[in-house]
Amino acid sequence: MSATGIGASVRRKEDQRFITGRGHFTADLHRPGETYAFFVRSPHAHARIKKIDTKAAAAMPGVLAVLTGAELAADKIGSLICGWLIHSKDGSPMKMAPHPALASGKACHVGDPVAVVVAESLSQARDAAEKVKCDFEVLPAVADPAKAQAKGAPQIHEAAPGNTIYQWHLGDPKAVEAAFKLAKHVTRLDIVNNRLVPNAMEPRAAIGEYDAGNDSFTLWNTTQNPHVARLVISAFVGLTPEHKLRVIAPDVGGGFGSKIFIYPEEVVALWASKRVGRPVKWIADRSEAFLCDAHGRDHVTRAEMAFGADGKIAALKVKTIANLGAYMSTFSSSVPTYLYATLLSGQYQIPAIYCEVDAVYTNTAPVDAYRGAGRPEATFVVERLIEVGARELGIDPVALRAANFIKSFPHQTPVIMNYDAGDYAASLKKALQIADIKGFEARKRKSAHHGRLRGLGFSTYIEACGIAPSQAVGSLGCGVGLWESAEVRVNPTGSVEVLTGCHAHGQGHETTFAQVVAERLGIPIANVSIVHGDTDKVQFGMGTYGSRSGAVGISALVKALDKVEAKAKKVAAQMLEASERDIELKDGKFTVAGTDKSLAWGEVTLNAYVAHKFSGQELEPGLKEGAFYDPVNFTFPAGCHVCEVEVDPETGASEIVAWTAVDDFGTVVNPMIVEGQVHGGVAQGVGQALLEGAVYDQAGQLLNGSLMDYCMPRADNLPSFKVATVVTPSPSNPLGIKGCGEAGAIAAPAAVINALTNAIGSEALAMPATSQSVWSALQKAHRAAA
Amino acid sequence: MAAVAMTVNGKAVTGDIDPRTLLVQYLREDLRLTGTHVGCDTSQCGACVVHVNGKAVKSCTVFAWQIDGAEVMTIEGLAAPDGPLHPMQEAFREHHGLQCGYCTPGMIMTAVDMVNRKGHDLDETTIRHELEGNLCRCTGYHNIVKAIAAGARAMAHDQGKGKRAAE
Repeated sequence: MSATGIGASVRRKEDQRFITGRGHFTADLHRPGETYAFFVRSPHAHARIKKIDTKAAAAMPGVLAVLTGAELAADKIGSLICGWLIHSKDGSPMKMAPHPALASGKACHVGDPVAVVVAESLSQARDAAEKVKCDFEVLPAVADPAKAQAKGAPQIHEAAPGNTIYQWHLGDPKAVEAAFKLAKHVTRLDIVNNRLVPNAMEPRAAIGEYDAGNDSFTLWNTTQNPHVARLVISAFVGLTPEHKLRVIAPDVGGGFGSKIFIYPEEVVALWASKRVGRPVKWIADRSEAFLCDAHGRDHVTRAEMAFGADGKIAALKVKTIANLGAYMSTFSSSVPTYLYATLLSGQYQIPAIYCEVDAVYTNTAPVDAYRGAGRPEATFVVERLIEVGARELGIDPVALRAANFIKSFPHQTPVIMNYDAGDYAASLKKALQIADIKGFEARKRKSAHHGRLRGLGFSTYIEACGIAPSQAVGSLGCGVGLWESAEVRVNPTGSVEVLTGCHAHGQGHETTFAQVVAERLGIPIANVSIVHGDTDKVQFGMGTYGSRSGAVGISALVKALDKVEAKAKKVAAQMLEASERDIELKDGKFTVAGTDKSLAWGEVTLNAYVAHKFSGQELEPGLKEGAFYDPVNFTFPAGCHVCEVEVDPETGASEIVAWTAVDDFGTVVNPMIVEGQVHGGVAQGVGQALLEGAVYDQAGQLLNGSLMDYCMPRADNLPSFKVATVVTPSPSNPLGIKGCGEAGAIAAPAAVINALTNAIGSEALAMPATSQSVWSALQKAHRAAA
Repeated sequence: MAAVAMTVNGKAVTGDIDPRTLLVQYLREDLRLTGTHVGCDTSQCGACVVHVNGKAVKSCTVFAWQIDGAEVMTIEGLAAPDGPLHPMQEAFREHHGLQCGYCTPGMIMTAVDMVNRKGHDLDETTIRHELEGNLCRCTGYHNIVKAIAAGARAMAHDQGKGKRAAE
């Protein structure tokens, strides 16, 4: 391993601009003649818009335009869409209602934009927005997914009777029923997977700019996938043809899924920029982020696991109601289906699985992928069931897990996935060691001595990453292919630019992608630049989410590097008057096998461009190659997280006293960055388990819509983490990378709740397990025991 | 309109501004010092922390006119443009104390203030407690805590070496 190659903890190239305050986030950018947009939003969860009077607002100082859904419709700006078609079990397609960028006729959630004011300054736009008179007829609302399908529940969209978007299923119900009949023991759990607000630290922002001379648009946007945004805004919203829209995603301050989606505000910023003839800038307040960013999770689930006499899992049955909110966000339909039920086998040999999912509309913000997207929900179901099952059966939870592990690969689960590689016993064993499980009983006694309860919780999780083989997802309803592209441009002087369709918003691609290039071509890492996030530079790409950049994006890069190397060898062969088959490239030097002839990398790259040593008939000048890489399978990162907690029974306050994470991400390009991803993922998972939860009241008002009310993890809520890896390379891509971005968020919630329930001796504990709910669970358990 | 005059990163600046202009807006929009970020609207996240007369202040929570005459330092002024990085900046890079980089300027300004108030030998508990006004969604704080401890030690060493552009 070289100092900057694959496997080295290279310090990040991108850090210089961030630590000196010279990053370029969307809100930092200024366009000549820019104007500011401020949205008027519905204060009601469900209301008919009877009339909007914009006259007074339009007369306010500095106001350039006040636009509503009527103007949007007049300009034939189309609806936002959900790009993954799910079919119900009866074969009918999902019932997607229109989603105009400005509400038309009806507002369906608090924060639904009903008008936009564009003014010379932000404060003028804000002031004028207060003068927009919107006459609402308030309608009854439903926010609770469990109540959305009830008879008499308010009907939100005509397109979806009973607020039901689809009733989907996966697996073999007959095999499951048969197995349950023969079961020795059945463990049953009712689970609410709490609703989360992503809260990337950079709020969403957009600058739309219309160029009348070229009849073209540019959008600067906080997006994780600029090309997908361009495709949707052109092909579906119909704002302008694809080649007339450039989307630029500059530095983006975190995403966690919430910046994958195409939102109303960026469409409106573009459209309004043509209307006013000047650039239109919009920056979300945090309050708007709470009301309008796509939230995550929000499942209500009944889950049952059947065990045989031998302690083996015989079958799993799951019924989930998934809340998709007021509109179907870009990939919302896939999250509680193909990203969820397909992972219900966990790390275990389970002969039969059946999962039913009803997706419902409610009068809440849209719900879509949030770090882990479906896989945290699946892991929570499986890892809670096996833990509680072990406790009910009186079997050590570690032993029960190990007895049910899948041990040979490839392994076909009953829910589509074909696991290609893994060693679950190895990660478990290493985790037990690092977490010093042998010493737990002594630590528990010590805690008891101080009047504290100590608990231990495991989560042996699996996820499917490397999203995804295009044919496979296409057959499941996905509207796009999920390959990735890379282009390697070698300059005459030998430095290299990589253009990738991935997009970094914290993941460190400028470093890791450069490491792969530096190692392969034998050039200094400083001579490699990574270009992303601009549809005028990168031809096409699918963006970054689902832990895909390493497994798919770097695989595309490797494929492009293969082509660059082959071409460079042809040039070297001409220069050295040797056969290209005899040319070797090592450590930045071309040599002819069996001779002492050699050329430096830079000599060959220069000659590729000056083209003096070969004719145009023999070889094309230049050194630039591109590749599209379509995965052959998902990848399957897996591992074992161990959480140790201490609870004060007097107050219910809990503290995570130790965290061990042993993950198998396959090949690791930069261990420092990978560990950082695990830390961040675990923090979000701990947040879900202990602190976070969006609360809507019955009227559909978000009760904790600010960072004062919604409890984000702070530094003193978390411990330092012990992080390690085991490596079984993925056989499905050239470098054996599996992906690491979501693992922590997937593994953590179950580990925390398993630890807390172990400490307090009661399973009746919902997320977020705040001090109050832990205390209440303890009191309830005491009363039951009395 | 309100007249303001202050020193920002060692330079005297004056302006005639809407009285409701927050310090962070003045820095970002009028002076175009965009390293100071806005992450919330309730004074919770700390992405906007700058130093006012040597003390950490959330610049989203003061009007620019309130600190008329003050000395302000932002992330852009922590190290001289052509000089070495401040030890705290260097520590954040060395210990991977940042991912997306959005909270980072506020974190670093808070960290320097923490060292100014609490000294160079900061234990984990102190650092975690002192970070109560700064949110990060990426790092899980693990490496931020490590970076601040290391940065604090490096600042002690650095002081021995004498003059730096700032702090």
